[in-house]
Amino acid sequence: MGFLHRHRGLTPYLLLAPGLVYLTFFFAVPLGFLVHQSLESGNFDIGYSFTWAWGNYSAAIRGYGAQFARSFEYAGIATVLALLFSYPLAYWIAFRGGRWRNLFLLFIVAPFFVTYLIRTLAWETILADQGPVVRILRDVGILGSGGRLLATSVAVVAGLTYNFLPFMALPLYVSLEQMDGRLIEAAQDLYASRWRAFLRVTLPLSLPGVVAGTLLTFIPAAGDFINAQLLGSPGQHMIGNVIQSKFLELIDYPAAASMSFVLMATILLAVALYARAVGTEKLTG
Amino acid sequence: MTDVYTRRQLLERAAAGGAVLTLPGFLAACGGTSSKSGSSSHKLAKTLNFSNWTLYIDVNNKTKRHPSLDQFQKQFGVRVNYTEDINDNATYFGKIQGPLSRGQSIDRDIIVMTDNSRYPSLLIKKGWVEKLDKSAIPNIKNLQPALQHPGWDPNRDYSLPWQSGLTGIAYNDKLTEPILTVPDLLENPKLKGKITLLQGIGDTMPLIMRANGDDPTKVTDASWSRAIKVVEKAVHSGQVRQFTGNDYAPLLAKGDLKACFAWSGDVVQLQADNSHLHWNLPKDGGGIWTDNMLIPNGGNVYTASVYMNYVYEPKVAAEIEDYVNYICPVVGAKQVLLKKDPAIAKNTLIFPTKQMLDNADNIDANALNNEKYITQWQNLITS
Repeated sequence: MGFLHRHRGLTPYLLLAPGLVYLTFFFAVPLGFLVHQSLESGNFDIGYSFTWAWGNYSAAIRGYGAQFARSFEYAGIATVLALLFSYPLAYWIAFRGGRWRNLFLLFIVAPFFVTYLIRTLAWETILADQGPVVRILRDVGILGSGGRLLATSVAVVAGLTYNFLPFMALPLYVSLEQMDGRLIEAAQDLYASRWRAFLRVTLPLSLPGVVAGTLLTFIPAAGDFINAQLLGSPGQHMIGNVIQSKFLELIDYPAAASMSFVLMATILLAVALYARAVGTEKLTG
Repeated sequence: MTDVYTRRQLLERAAAGGAVLTLPGFLAACGGTSSKSGSSSHKLAKTLNFSNWTLYIDVNNKTKRHPSLDQFQKQFGVRVNYTEDINDNATYFGKIQGPLSRGQSIDRDIIVMTDNSRYPSLLIKKGWVEKLDKSAIPNIKNLQPALQHPGWDPNRDYSLPWQSGLTGIAYNDKLTEPILTVPDLLENPKLKGKITLLQGIGDTMPLIMRANGDDPTKVTDASWSRAIKVVEKAVHSGQVRQFTGNDYAPLLAKGDLKACFAWSGDVVQLQADNSHLHWNLPKDGGGIWTDNMLIPNGGNVYTASVYMNYVYEPKVAAEIEDYVNYICPVVGAKQVLLKKDPAIAKNTLIFPTKQMLDNADNIDANALNNEKYITQWQNLITS
């Protein structure tokens, strides 16, 4: 320990080292390869070579703009829905859950004990044409007699919302649970109605959770391809489906790599705008 | 033969969850280093590493062992290290192409890939598979005549069939009158939104082309564009609900689909629970595909060839066939089964008639590897 005593300033860096090394090897280096690959040209038969092929990027945007736009649209709707469903849920568990809190949290996480694919396939049963949900919607006239949910954009968004809901609910719970209940009491002592106390005290204090939750939900949802593949129909595929098909079926690695970058850049831009809009201090709490 | 699973059970689902995130460049940096060259000496190795699709070989339900493999070990002293790690051609190819492209061994002596995907022909073209040692495979004479000269490996220098399967139309007689032709499937207004086609070019296109009066075994630009227009029209009219892998099976069983393109082996399984399901080759012709054993570079050619010879023994082939629900490529296996398990021997989905085989085509391997075609097809199914 003598070394650390003498160089106390080094301690934080030593503690950071494992994480930095990990990120370098498993994030930065592959990312570098990906950039390199995205600028290659050729095809699988003759091989790919590095040619600064920026055209891959414009081809990705020009050819698959619809799927990019759809990815953000579906992910955006799913994120808003997940927020609307999760907030009351997290609120109730945090303030009314009592000693059952941990059990309720377990219920939220429970679906994660099942494989992602199987969870999504379960929705094929829930939304089946002959299933109970569709029957009820038909009976009340929301769906026409031949209407269906499966293989529609509604099913894709529903699947996304469900699959990423815990990523929204858990950060919300954490930020609500940490809140000092006396602040709400104080607001009420100052003649705030319960609704006003919620708007002026609870909601602002839970904003870091809202921000973390929306990011954790939106980012993976935008890149998802399983929900669109299993619950969607032609005309409802997302950019993840295109990347998968470029990579595995066409064996066109540069196209797949450049699309991944366009996706990543667009998400980063969206996140930056979002952070600016809500204020960065909210991001970090 | 009551297993509810089929080889393709997790086909596209597994593909979906598969190795999509690892790019080859990254693999190149972190890949293995083992590199043994293919051995052609006539000396048996101690073990044979065999990668196959799931649930695709005989199993003793009590011991969970594979009798035909145990017998091989007893007879030749070679232990078979049998791995069921192939769920999807594209994903498996994605996994092995990195090491193979760098001249490294993938530590397998036999792998099995489907010839209605582009990958078996690609492996040969790239020089990533070894030639069989035919001097060790006298039983090659038992190969079904119809399978002896595929376009992508005309003399079977690199490949031998493991099993074949048929692609046709399945329908549910509770929900629709019999659907026996492709135009009926794609245009009948009563089926709107209630049908699916298959995701693979090699699965869907032979049926479409035969219905158009074109020859799927010799695809031309003209016959291709006729076929893609037919599919496009059916997609844009809303007739086609989805393009599926094996996931059409639960939809068909539940009644969400009235009819769909389907693999014979799957429907045999589904019929056990739902007697309303039927499967036929379309009147104009259906598809046939074959899973082929291949020896990847670095594999032990002699040992692998000795094993292939062993499974081409009609008695052994019959033993495997008695468990697997697909089409047996070995002449003589049927005669063995007629005594042992006549119900299997008489099932035309396992031992199809000559007429059925004549009415089913595999697709032109050149079309499977035509980038323009693949791009058009993928753009349509991921639109």
